[in-house]
Amino acid sequence: MPVVHLKGLTRRFGSFAAVDNVDLEIRDGEFLSLLGPSGCGKTTTLRMIAGFIDPTSGTIDVDGRVLSSPQGSLPPEKRGMSMIFQSYAIWPNMTVAENVGFGLEIRKVPREEARRQVADVLDVVKMGHLADRYPAELSGGQQQRVALARAIVVRPAVLLLDEPLSNLDANLREEMRFEIRRLHEQIRITTVYVTHDQAEAMATSDRIAVMNKGRIEQVDAPYVVYTRPKTRFVAGFIGRTNFVTGRREAGALRFDGFVIPAERFAGALPPSDEITFSVRPQSLRIARDSASANGHLPIAGRVVDRTFLGEHWDYTFRPAGAVGDLKVSAPPSEVFEVGSHAVLALDPTQMVALD
Amino acid sequence: MTATTTVGEPVASAPVGRSPRGFDWSMLVWALFATILIVIVVNPIFRLIWESVVSEGGGLTLDNYVRAYGRPRYWQALVNTVVMGAGTALLSALLAVPLAWACVRTDMPGRGFIKLCVLAAFIIPPYLAAVGWVLLAGPNSGWLNRAWMWATGSSQGIFNIYSLSGLIVIMGLHLFFFIFVFTSSALELVSSEMEDAANVLGAGPVTTAFRITLPLIMPAILGGLIIIFLQSIALFAVPAIIAIPARYPVVTTQLTEFFSNNRVDLAAAYSLPLLLITMAMLGIQRWLLARKGFSVVGGKGGERRIVRLGPWRWVMFGYALLVAALSVFMPLVVLVQAAFSKAWGRGFALDNLTLRHINFILFEHQGAVPALVRSIVYASIAAFAALTLALVIAYMVKRNLVRGGQALAFLCMAPFVIPGIILAIGFYAAYAPPPLALAGTAMIIVVAFTTRLLPIAYQNSSAGITSIHIEMEEAVRILGGGRFTAIRRVVAPLLKRSLVGAWILIFVPACQELSTAIFLSGPNNRVLSVLIFDFSEEGRFEQLAVLGGLLLIITVIIVAIGFRIVGRDFMLRRQ
Repeated sequence: MPVVHLKGLTRRFGSFAAVDNVDLEIRDGEFLSLLGPSGCGKTTTLRMIAGFIDPTSGTIDVDGRVLSSPQGSLPPEKRGMSMIFQSYAIWPNMTVAENVGFGLEIRKVPREEARRQVADVLDVVKMGHLADRYPAELSGGQQQRVALARAIVVRPAVLLLDEPLSNLDANLREEMRFEIRRLHEQIRITTVYVTHDQAEAMATSDRIAVMNKGRIEQVDAPYVVYTRPKTRFVAGFIGRTNFVTGRREAGALRFDGFVIPAERFAGALPPSDEITFSVRPQSLRIARDSASANGHLPIAGRVVDRTFLGEHWDYTFRPAGAVGDLKVSAPPSEVFEVGSHAVLALDPTQMVALD
Repeated sequence: MTATTTVGEPVASAPVGRSPRGFDWSMLVWALFATILIVIVVNPIFRLIWESVVSEGGGLTLDNYVRAYGRPRYWQALVNTVVMGAGTALLSALLAVPLAWACVRTDMPGRGFIKLCVLAAFIIPPYLAAVGWVLLAGPNSGWLNRAWMWATGSSQGIFNIYSLSGLIVIMGLHLFFFIFVFTSSALELVSSEMEDAANVLGAGPVTTAFRITLPLIMPAILGGLIIIFLQSIALFAVPAIIAIPARYPVVTTQLTEFFSNNRVDLAAAYSLPLLLITMAMLGIQRWLLARKGFSVVGGKGGERRIVRLGPWRWVMFGYALLVAALSVFMPLVVLVQAAFSKAWGRGFALDNLTLRHINFILFEHQGAVPALVRSIVYASIAAFAALTLALVIAYMVKRNLVRGGQALAFLCMAPFVIPGIILAIGFYAAYAPPPLALAGTAMIIVVAFTTRLLPIAYQNSSAGITSIHIEMEEAVRILGGGRFTAIRRVVAPLLKRSLVGAWILIFVPACQELSTAIFLSGPNNRVLSVLIFDFSEEGRFEQLAVLGGLLLIITVIIVAIGFRIVGRDFMLRRQ
């Protein structure tokens, strides 16, 4: 039952800490994503789990056995893991079947048995009919499937994926996203998935670890990360959002252009005088007048800009007397002209106080 | 970097060390290769410099420099060399730039054939071309002069190959290959869109050519000019055959004079300016090519349109054929004629035909066949050794396996700045005297060839390994294979083709190398190039032509094998 445990994991390159004191537990059979912008340390973390990079401090253990520590590390070939690389790393000198069978060959699986397993896994990834092709004859998506098959056929203790979809075009990327999730449902291998694409992480993962500047900012299920971001970085990196800052005054919070009574917020507020909230454009609505605010807090103001994106409108709304604007997302049927006066319906329980 | 430190106290779960309490093998490997490179690269250079500043008594002195430059004649040779190099570079550019443009960007007929001719001009060793031109344009007796006298009734020919212009023509017709390769590579990277952008803004074709295209390929042309300048001033054979009778001393002939007078110390002192010029010029070349303006050409090319020359394409083709005739066909025809003639001067008559020289070289002459065998064997071993050394070092450097790998890489590339004849003097100074006393042995020639060709080997190996994404190897390792499995199953098979190409790129020049061999050879290690050179000094042109023919046949076979395995372009690409 592999549980991967990173304890105080740090990797420095010179004076730069690529990975800075990361603690993380990856549960058995879990699909966990490391999500963050480029340079946040997610790939370095993954490569440390794989054993290609040694930590400068901290340890990685799997089921209580220390695999990596500054004192020395078990080399990648002895870890029983497998990995899908950004470049796929399909060996061009071997056929699809030879690529997939390589790990079994190293594990000295009898030839007949290996052949059967290769055939099975190729069927799972829908590549059975191309077993004897060479990689140069395959499309990007097909190479991706070969890489998947090659990685899972050996039944690794842990499966590592390093931005596996970043070289595919948009449609294929979406298709492979579900493919990867489907495979995971089927085989339940403990998986660590590195990506900078939030939609990818949301679609595939049981939990997402959001990384920034070498540190983990939040680890939670996709729904929680989206709806209850803990930090400004997480709120801004996952989805679009508005940041609004309120100042405490007599039982209420005063924002730029509106005031919200303290009791209307979902839970207890942090004790500080100034609190920054994230409020998603999707949780805001624009209405004709206060009566149609559906019991939410009505804020008068006007529409200052709009963009039609087909699936929804992007409005920019400025509360009366405010300096800043709020982004509001609305269905195509809710049409407001630029410059028209309207009311913003705000549900304070949807506002998330940030650290 | 392999972290090899000891493992701490084994607690409940002990970390499994990569090599617990282990010995750092990587340092041993590094030391081994550093030692090899010190022996074959550093020591000869060091001994060359040492020899130049040490007096017979053992003290330091500048006496050798004073003597080496004590006479105006010696200074004159240095000036002559620079003049010759500059002339050769300019002539090469005039020959090569139009040809490269015509082959890459126009609809000139026979472009593939012309490319092949350019390669052929380079593959014919310069000493054979020089002898060919002696037969063509020797005063009065040369074919061209006799044709002139026959046509005009004049009693004197008009060409004299034994002159500065003769030197420049022969060298230029051999070396223009470099500018051709540089320029066509650059032209292939200039997309038509860049020219279209100028056209759209109102520039005509001529303005576009001079304001856009030419500036873009200029660094490549200048880089090629420098390479040709350096190649020509380092050449030994052509000056030895042409410049000595022309009474036009150059540095390499002067070096030979010192050397044959047994003054290795003076030769060493005299060779240092040539070494410094080479280093400085290569520095300039690197700077030129690294400048920002050139990086545009380094980018992705985009589509290239062919310029339609209309009737002018035949004029261009005629020019290309003329260059091909001068550089390849004319010298080859007269050499082949000589090989089958009782005496070459008696011309193309049936009663002049004989197989006597072929018979003599193959069955009677004691030295010819052994020299041929030696050339092939030495070149094979040197190519193999240089490539093995370069590959291992390039792999360690590119995969960061040892500390200080860059130092090894630098030493592999260092011989690039040393002209062959100077390298030979260094080798002679280092290993000819006791205790090693390697003068005249196979060993010294093979090692000198290895050193001389190490930079080509390293460049090719390094490029080959860079082309293999490191994730290809990591994929092997994460699936349970060790580093050696990765090398055996993935790296080696992927490198195979480029290694064959690299081996040929090393073997061909090694098989023809004269300047490195000339000072190091004796009766027991004489290679074919040295024997050919000996024959030229004795004026045995018919037998020389047979030897040269053998050398060319071998070269062509090997290159043809390369075409087969690696594809036609591998020698015409910019290395």
